[in-house]
Amino acid sequence: MKAPLALLAELTHRCPLRCPYCSNPVELTRASAELTTEEWARVFMEAAALGCLQVHLSGGEPTARRDIVAITAAARDAGLYTNLITAGVLLDAVLMARLVAAGLDHVQLSVQDAEPAGAERIGGMKGAQARKEAAARMVREAGLPLTLNAVVHRQNLHNLPLLIDTALEWGAARLEVAHVQYYGWALANRDALLPTRAQLDDATRIVTAAREAHRGRLVIDYVVPDYHAARPKACMGGWGNNFLAVSPAGRVLPCHAAESIAGMVFPNVRETSLREAWEESEAFNRFRGTGWMPAPCRGCAHAERDWGGCRCQAFALLGDAAATDPACALSPHHAMLADAVAEAGAADFRYRAFG
Amino acid sequence: MTPRFAPGVRLHHDTARQRWVVMAPERMFVPDETALEVLRLVDGARDVAAIVDALAAAFAAPREEIDADVRAMLDDLVARGALAG
Repeated sequence: MKAPLALLAELTHRCPLRCPYCSNPVELTRASAELTTEEWARVFMEAAALGCLQVHLSGGEPTARRDIVAITAAARDAGLYTNLITAGVLLDAVLMARLVAAGLDHVQLSVQDAEPAGAERIGGMKGAQARKEAAARMVREAGLPLTLNAVVHRQNLHNLPLLIDTALEWGAARLEVAHVQYYGWALANRDALLPTRAQLDDATRIVTAAREAHRGRLVIDYVVPDYHAARPKACMGGWGNNFLAVSPAGRVLPCHAAESIAGMVFPNVRETSLREAWEESEAFNRFRGTGWMPAPCRGCAHAERDWGGCRCQAFALLGDAAATDPACALSPHHAMLADAVAEAGAADFRYRAFG
Repeated sequence: MTPRFAPGVRLHHDTARQRWVVMAPERMFVPDETALEVLRLVDGARDVAAIVDALAAAFAAPREEIDADVRAMLDDLVARGALAG
């Protein structure tokens, strides 16, 4: 068994934004159930001892936690490379300076669209775009490297060239152009978010050209949607293979969406060590490696490349987390993805909210 | 030229795997032995000549023989985004 390389620390589900593709579960955790500063500090120490080299401080909005500076310092004390994944709307110069002093290494800032009106409609927060631009400036002035993360979909892909311009103007050295992945909130909004094949092909062409045009100045990472693919994505690089997440309430997960699989029980850092969870828990061993695979994955030449795709997607679309991901052309259910693309075209969102 | 690590980049000892890694925004790489010797001398104070001197002393190698190699290595690390020129 390999040791994990990265920990996703979902510090809170609270967030001022209401993005309809939020990667948090549909059942959001309330503040009263969140891990304490001391509990997170222990998680970071255990993660580093287990082999993690970096931590993504995420949420929800991680800066919604009043102890975000102490949490950042604890992550650095544990020896982890600390990456803050933020919407930026709660950042101010004082907080930025305190985060830098605490040892923050890198900031990833989200942007919902290039134009304020579109961005604020998608994110569900008025005035967000100007705050994000100010946050980008603060990060750069603090001397930290900045990655801009643009989640793209049917309703903002027409602005992809402007999003690339935004990354350059805001001083980002990296841009992630990430097509929506359809779980949880995004699955509930799939008809409004799924791009057409023509949109996807345009986006791929634009990214390819921009990489060449801005070589040496802007690195662009590109995450494609699997609804148009013939091969599934190697979700998380394999279940329990090199990545783990801890939810706001302390549950240890092979991927941030894993709680969407009904019937699975995940270990909690309040009851077990991270090492026990990683090495011995039933949940982490359930889909680790290839032994669990049914046909057509079993014996497939791609089994150790794509690991059968995504367990959450198999559960969400087929009701069976052990099935081959329908994104694979070899799945007997592959046609349902093309059907979903054909049916898409809704205008309105169901915004993320506490139930 | 005085090499220094690019913003957000640092050398880190990966104790679990007994190796050194270069940690950078959203990526990491494992430097080979030669690159590691060079990176361990990058402190934002030593210029290229001082780094060559230190390596020449450490490996009892003639300075003029390693000078070009060290400069090429530094250029490569700049191109990979690990160092700022």
